[in-house]
Amino acid sequence: MNRRTLLSRTTAGLTTLAAASLLSFTALAADTIRIGTVAPKTGPLAGGALVSQWPNVDLWIQEVNERGGLKLKDGQKKIELVAYDDKTNPTEHIKAVQRLATQDKVDFIIAPYGTGFNIAAAPIYAKYDYPQIAVTSVTDQIGELTERYPSLFFTLGSTTAFVEGLRDVLVKLKDEGKINNKIAMVNVADAFGIELAEVARPTFEAAGFELVYDKSYPLGTPDLSPIVKGAKATDADSFVAWSYPPDTFGLTEQAVIEDLNVKVFYTAVATAFPAYGGKFGAQIENVLGAGGVNPDTPEMQAYRTKHEEVTGKAPDYWASANTYASLQILETAIEAVGEVNREAVTDYIKTHTFDTIMGPISFENQNSNRFWTVGQWQGGVFRGVVSSNIDGAVDVKLKDGWK
Amino acid sequence: MTAKGWKDLVLIGVLVLAAAFVPLVTDGYWLSIAVTAMMYIALTTAWTLFSGPTHYISLATGAFFGVGGYLVATGMSDHDLPFWLMAAIAPVVSVVLAALIGAATLRLSGIYFVIFTLGLAEMIRGLVSWVQNNFLGSRGLYVLTDFTEAHIYWMLLAIAATVYVIGWLIDRSRLGFAMKIIGNDEGVAKHLGIDTARAKVLLFMVTGFFSTLVGAIVAPRYSYIEPNQVFSPELSFMVVIMALLGGTQKLWGPIIGVIPFILIWETITASFPNATTLYLGLCFLAIVYFLPNGVVGLVQKIIAKGRSA
Repeated sequence: MNRRTLLSRTTAGLTTLAAASLLSFTALAADTIRIGTVAPKTGPLAGGALVSQWPNVDLWIQEVNERGGLKLKDGQKKIELVAYDDKTNPTEHIKAVQRLATQDKVDFIIAPYGTGFNIAAAPIYAKYDYPQIAVTSVTDQIGELTERYPSLFFTLGSTTAFVEGLRDVLVKLKDEGKINNKIAMVNVADAFGIELAEVARPTFEAAGFELVYDKSYPLGTPDLSPIVKGAKATDADSFVAWSYPPDTFGLTEQAVIEDLNVKVFYTAVATAFPAYGGKFGAQIENVLGAGGVNPDTPEMQAYRTKHEEVTGKAPDYWASANTYASLQILETAIEAVGEVNREAVTDYIKTHTFDTIMGPISFENQNSNRFWTVGQWQGGVFRGVVSSNIDGAVDVKLKDGWK
Repeated sequence: MTAKGWKDLVLIGVLVLAAAFVPLVTDGYWLSIAVTAMMYIALTTAWTLFSGPTHYISLATGAFFGVGGYLVATGMSDHDLPFWLMAAIAPVVSVVLAALIGAATLRLSGIYFVIFTLGLAEMIRGLVSWVQNNFLGSRGLYVLTDFTEAHIYWMLLAIAATVYVIGWLIDRSRLGFAMKIIGNDEGVAKHLGIDTARAKVLLFMVTGFFSTLVGAIVAPRYSYIEPNQVFSPELSFMVVIMALLGGTQKLWGPIIGVIPFILIWETITASFPNATTLYLGLCFLAIVYFLPNGVVGLVQKIIAKGRSA
């Protein structure tokens, strides 16, 4: 390497560095409370996190800072957010939470997005006594996990609760003579899809249903028409799909194309997303899905308006509200304790009832039994039809074609 | 046996001993970085074992790693089998897998092999999901153990040290000699009467065994296994990049590559959380531009310069 090339390479290197340091400049404010968060901004889970998680974090921080910050014993403190992207990668996530806890020394951490990440990060939250109010985490191991991790809270229900919610809808319709006892069930052959189908088989059969069609498809299948055609060839009145976001859209699209003539059409994850309603409009009237909200309470209406105003987009009809409620719980507990005492905040959460946009929430053995399990698109809104301990469920309607 | 070879081994022994004390010095942030680094050291050393002498760029690491994590998780949560049993079974399954894949593809020349291994992780993920969905069923893939980061770190360190010693032994065996000839000219190797396919498959099986063992040991760290995360093609690429940064001519090259890479990666993610990929790309460019032969190549160049001066 001669001197001239060395010089030009060095210059190039220095320019890059300078540009890098300029981009990363962040202002540090004094007298703040530092709150950290790690969630995906890139990778497979980013789509969901950018709907249900990040906008609520932004909204909550803006609201708290607008009113002057969190009220502590030594005065009001504004929130300073330290956020990292885990790239939907568990190794990155674990490193980032460790960094928040021991390098950035943040005062509190907002729980991660996704079942796997909440469980993978739980040992770290427990080790440093951070309360972890998990929202987007649906598991049948709540008992074992909360016993293991004393500062971990669950708010969205269990796998079994989701299946049983749907079973209750189907049983009611069957008893009223509106549908027959035949179900066409499909599932995505991936972790959560397999788990839900596994729970659903005995649950449906015990309730007197017959699974006349039971098929799965691999994650990421571009062509779902054989699945929908297969279901159409049966005489089942109910179509149930334990699906992930891409196939929730794909199956619905095929159902429209094939004019799948069923009275109950259920797809699981992402049915509650505004994008789903946006894509299919009136065609998905009376489609059932996982989740739900009661959009008619004044608290929920105020939340939805404010969410759109601040973040520029609508919240989903499921986990968004739970996520915001979890932040309200954290806020109330911190203000009640009045100082950065994480163990005291955790204890406060365990023993008190919190006023949230979803109504009063309290924890029994670190688990909240207030959540929606099944919702239905009615008149352009995804309304809750089955809940655990929440009022405002509307009556289920039968699907009547795909106009 | 040359004195140089023994010197290398003693040096590594001292490094392993020193590395074993890391969890006693730190237990938070730096330990979690050390665990990640140790995971990649074990994976890249296992990778270099096969790809170093043969020059076959294998992108199969993600597939083997995934088999390890997945089998441990499904065994523990769906069939109530103990962790150690699954951690013992998983690598054996991978050895069989590696033998099948190797027998089918290693007779082909390099580029076909690269392309095949690229799709391998995805293929195996699909295969295990299919088996689980149709025959075994699942209640969620949980790996709940009482291992701390320190335990996982020590286990990974033991694997990395074992891989190194095995590599050192192979290097001095007939197999190692055969691999060197294959790497230089496969045609010549065949004319000399070396069963090239057998030699390559054997080494590929060793790599598969250890990559899977790493996946099995890391599974308790994730606690909950999602197939599309353990069968990650990204992991395969990271391993190749780190190995190339270190230099693949020497078995200890990867160690020199992994540590600076992990530190640079960490600095980037901590300083530019919203533009990580951009800066990572710039780093790759810089590595290829300034260090075409890896850190080992640079060191050798400097030594050579010192001698000639």
